[in-house]
Amino acid sequence: MSTLTDMRRDMNARMFKQQRNMWIAVALVLGCLPLFYGGSDFALTVSIQIGMMIIFSLAYNMLLGQGGMLSFGMAVYFGMGGFLSMHFMNMIEADTVWLPMALLPVVGAFIGLVLGLIIGSFSTRKAGTIFAMISLGIGELVAASSLIFVKFFGGEEGVTGDRTMGPEMFGVDFASELEVYYLVAAWVFIATLLMFLFSRTPVGRMANAVRDNPERAEFVGYSQRFVRLISFAGAGLFSGLAGSLFAITYEIVTEETLNAVTSGAPLIMVMIGGAGYFIGPIIGAIFYTLLSTVLSNYTEIWLMYVGIIFVLTIMYLPAGLTGLLLMHNPIIKAKKLKRILPVYGKIALPVIGIFLGIVGLLEVGHYAHNASAGDMTMSLFFVSVDTSSYLPWIFFTGILVGGFMLAKKQAPSVAETYEEVHKEALGGGDK
Amino acid sequence: MTSAIHLVDLQKSFGQTAIIRGINLEIKKGERHAIIGPNGAGKSTLFHLISGKYEPTAGSVKLHGNEITGLPPYEIYRKGLSRSFQVTNIFHRMTVYENVRCGIMWNMGYKYSFWNRVDTTEEINLKTEAVLEEIGMVERAMTPAGLLTYAEQRALEIGITIAGGADVIMLDEPTAGMSHSETEQAVALIRKISENKTLVMVEHDMGVVFGLADRISVLVYGEIIATDTPDRIKENEAVQEAYLGTEHDDDA
Ligand SMILES: Nc1ncnc2c1ncn2[C@@H]1O[C@H](COP(=O)(O)OP(=O)(O)O)[C@@H](O)[C@H]1O
Ligand SMILES: [Mg+2]
Repeated sequence: MSTLTDMRRDMNARMFKQQRNMWIAVALVLGCLPLFYGGSDFALTVSIQIGMMIIFSLAYNMLLGQGGMLSFGMAVYFGMGGFLSMHFMNMIEADTVWLPMALLPVVGAFIGLVLGLIIGSFSTRKAGTIFAMISLGIGELVAASSLIFVKFFGGEEGVTGDRTMGPEMFGVDFASELEVYYLVAAWVFIATLLMFLFSRTPVGRMANAVRDNPERAEFVGYSQRFVRLISFAGAGLFSGLAGSLFAITYEIVTEETLNAVTSGAPLIMVMIGGAGYFIGPIIGAIFYTLLSTVLSNYTEIWLMYVGIIFVLTIMYLPAGLTGLLLMHNPIIKAKKLKRILPVYGKIALPVIGIFLGIVGLLEVGHYAHNASAGDMTMSLFFVSVDTSSYLPWIFFTGILVGGFMLAKKQAPSVAETYEEVHKEALGGGDK
Repeated sequence: MTSAIHLVDLQKSFGQTAIIRGINLEIKKGERHAIIGPNGAGKSTLFHLISGKYEPTAGSVKLHGNEITGLPPYEIYRKGLSRSFQVTNIFHRMTVYENVRCGIMWNMGYKYSFWNRVDTTEEINLKTEAVLEEIGMVERAMTPAGLLTYAEQRALEIGITIAGGADVIMLDEPTAGMSHSETEQAVALIRKISENKTLVMVEHDMGVVFGLADRISVLVYGEIIATDTPDRIKENEAVQEAYLGTEHDDDA
């Protein structure tokens, strides 16, 4: 047997162990997390939201990262999964159907799958611009119909339900936030595992091949369209599942779950986290949810900051946060992080300046624009600022421009140091 | 015995321009058949017509006696015809190992499976490794295909084409742009992989053609002006006039 075979078997055996340990660790973390929350319902709520977003963005990355399809309309599957789950929840309450509430996500997943198959059957013919446009069109179409078909979508109030009315299993009725947390955690584990396994099946590998070179895939027996359709249906399925968890968690689903903001969320999470890695969307979902939760507590214009971070990531970190972390993997392994941190510290100051400048300008502008007459003094960074004077404008523009110029000046030396340490780390690792 | 490929009055026009102008050709099962002709004669276009990349304007293509005219590439592949490209056509972001594996899965019956895991399916991996061994790319197995040298990419191109074990193999200028020693290696590889198979290849290097081919077809300006054994082609006057005789002028 060839050396390659031995090597591969070795590698697989090692990977299998690593992966098994990783999944055990994930299960442990999911199971133990609430122990550290000290009974805080808020922490649980945020965790539940993160869990939902992890499934949603992983589903989205089946399209974008693995299949090379850019969708602007994933809310269709998330929202429809949510709405139909809600109606199903009400049917459970009315005793028209019998289903334990814990299995309601299967309904959402099924809806997502069916919708994915129907819409995918014509939208996956081509990837690229045409696919993106169709996804946008369908997204708008469904969002618009949610305000037209009031009976089904409940108009602006949405549809409400009661998750505690299902048949009780093991004495769990999901009345407490903790019970909902464990339900979501279990589904996060199952969905993540399934999506991970999918990426390693023949059709999952061919999704990558079709992304790389759709023409060649056709000359090794695979219809590019059918490969895309399978990824698309899978993405629909897991988005529907996430929507179902939304319905269970909030016990209300409104047209917001179908609109463009919901469609944009997984795109933002995936790009911030890194579309090229399986774990990218997970990191993106955690970062995005925490960021928006924290920011929305302090400022009304938090969505603007998310947008700015999104644009900056795309411009300067095309591989996302995961890519940034992995760039430092060899350096950390070679214990050379100490060498590079001082340079990062030096550039951190101007970067903070840039952010302060942006935040200052936006907040002062926002306040000045919306303030009631005579009350032009706001509190910003624990200082009161008179928004009617020119001073804050000049000040924030000053640190923004100054920070930008300093950062630009220091960037080459930071990159140089990184390259140097990185090379050393790689060389050192081999010896 | 039915022929491996049977073309009847095959034609292809792009707009008003007729590029393939009525080709009749039978390629026998198990033969090594070379197609030669000056640049722009339509050799690659003919390959595209047979393999399903282009739909013919008129005429028919049969594979093992079955009509395949106008079928999409993947269906023609599933009927046992696999081809390579003149301009390297690989999966750039995937490793060499994965590139070859992509060429294997359909014919092994894994198709659109989402219930098998590729890394733990021994059958798929052993076959991949055998193909890598055959094309001499074991050392490069874990390299992203986009980072290979030109000659390596050409070898991978052949590897993907033959990986699935199709019984009709079509190679479009497999040695183009290779050095002398690289060409020799490629010829040895092509000889080996085409044993007990039908091989159709476009080739410019006359040394390669006359050394490998059982029969040669000469394509000039969208028409086949002669199909015969290498020795008889060498002596064919029309061929000398239209192609071989002017070869040196062309290259100058
Ligand atoms: N898609 C196309 N559209 C228009 N003309 C084409 C197309 N493909 C090939 N041709 C033309 O057909 C002729 C034959 O090309 P080709 O088959 O590549 O020649 P060969 O492989 O024999 O060098 C050339 O003149 C080329 O410009
Ligand atoms: Mg050609």
